[in-house]
Amino acid sequence: MNTTLRISSSRLGGTFVAKIEKISGQKLLACYQCGKCSAGCPMAAHMDVLPNQIIRMAQLGMEKQLLATRAIWICVSCMTCNSRCPKDIRIAEVIEALRQTVLGTVNRADHLKIQELSPEAIGALPPIALISALRKQTS
Amino acid sequence: MKLIYYPGCTLKNQARNFDVSTVSSMAELGVEVEELARWNCCGTVHALGSDNIMNRVAPVTNLIRVKEAQASEFMTTCAMCYNTLKRANIDVKKRPDALETINEFLYQEETKYQGDVDVLHLLEYLRDRIGFDKLAEKVKKPLAGLRVACYYGCLLVRPKEVAFDDVENPTIMEDLITALGATPVQFPLKTECCGAYHTVDKPEIIAERTDKIMGSAHEEQADLVVVSCPLCAFNLDFRQDDARRLNPDFYHLPVLYFTQLMALAFGCDDAALRFDLHHIDPQPTLAGRGLA
Repeated sequence: MNTTLRISSSRLGGTFVAKIEKISGQKLLACYQCGKCSAGCPMAAHMDVLPNQIIRMAQLGMEKQLLATRAIWICVSCMTCNSRCPKDIRIAEVIEALRQTVLGTVNRADHLKIQELSPEAIGALPPIALISALRKQTS
Repeated sequence: MKLIYYPGCTLKNQARNFDVSTVSSMAELGVEVEELARWNCCGTVHALGSDNIMNRVAPVTNLIRVKEAQASEFMTTCAMCYNTLKRANIDVKKRPDALETINEFLYQEETKYQGDVDVLHLLEYLRDRIGFDKLAEKVKKPLAGLRVACYYGCLLVRPKEVAFDDVENPTIMEDLITALGATPVQFPLKTECCGAYHTVDKPEIIAERTDKIMGSAHEEQADLVVVSCPLCAFNLDFRQDDARRLNPDFYHLPVLYFTQLMALAFGCDDAALRFDLHHIDPQPTLAGRGLA
């Protein structure tokens, strides 16, 4: 089987990359893939794509693949990656920009289906849990 | 001396033990705490997107209420409220255009916010304004022999612009606990995330986190874990049964707010402790150390 790999820079300066950089306020190309963010991420075990890979995919403009990952919803913005990044990139801000991009689509793809939880389950949860979950995962 | 106090939503619900122990122990320290009038939810999480001005309205409204109380600073105990209010404050001070948009949106408010309020966490107030040496003088019942793991979680120390202690190895709670007569233990996972709001729909993540974090405290022979965040408290306390199902060797440990240990050491009564609100009852552990 022959596989053809085409290398192109056409998506590097595309609108998706510009949008993520603008919302997050971060320069994606500052990342040199040291992997420190993923090494310290307490949620890494639950992610399909690791934080350093998220940054790489964002650099490359891989919009469709990135917005479909589970990882962007698993990140809880604990800021461990941000505080350890040797290039001062705020990875959590980049991931928030990705979530916002999904939530800002025409069909408002809310990730948390709060209506599927029972009234008893909701009643047992502290307000701080519900409000933060809704703020992070719904439009 | 009056200190404006912002409790936040969860301290009026599941975390009433955090609220009453704060007010009672501050009274013992001679600080009159006045609850902020007409406070509203802070929003619980800081919006990380630079274009999300809307989510900064809730924290800024509270800063306006502080000004209306003729104060230039206020104190909160909840780590999430502290982080959200502090970050919004830093952000609008740096971005006059964003602040102007928020003030225009809040056109019905008589008071405009101008970045002129300081946000304090109770721990930094105790360290910097009262002093742990002075605090130690108020201890009536030293917590002798009690081994305490101090859990900071994420939001007291990250990001670094809101941290009032070292980002990787904070010791402010250990210093407080020592002043109360207790023994802090080494706790390598003290700033590891508990999984936060995943408790709503992904409890399996919280079970894994609780097992790891509480297991680390147990390995260091801690009697209990103290926290400053009602969401950490909920996850590390109320999700222990899930952790036990995940790991049959999981050892149950009580989780307390640091203010409850203060109230206990200052000799406050049961109404200031509210141990009835815990999932894992701290009383047998405390009784084992002659403290209940």
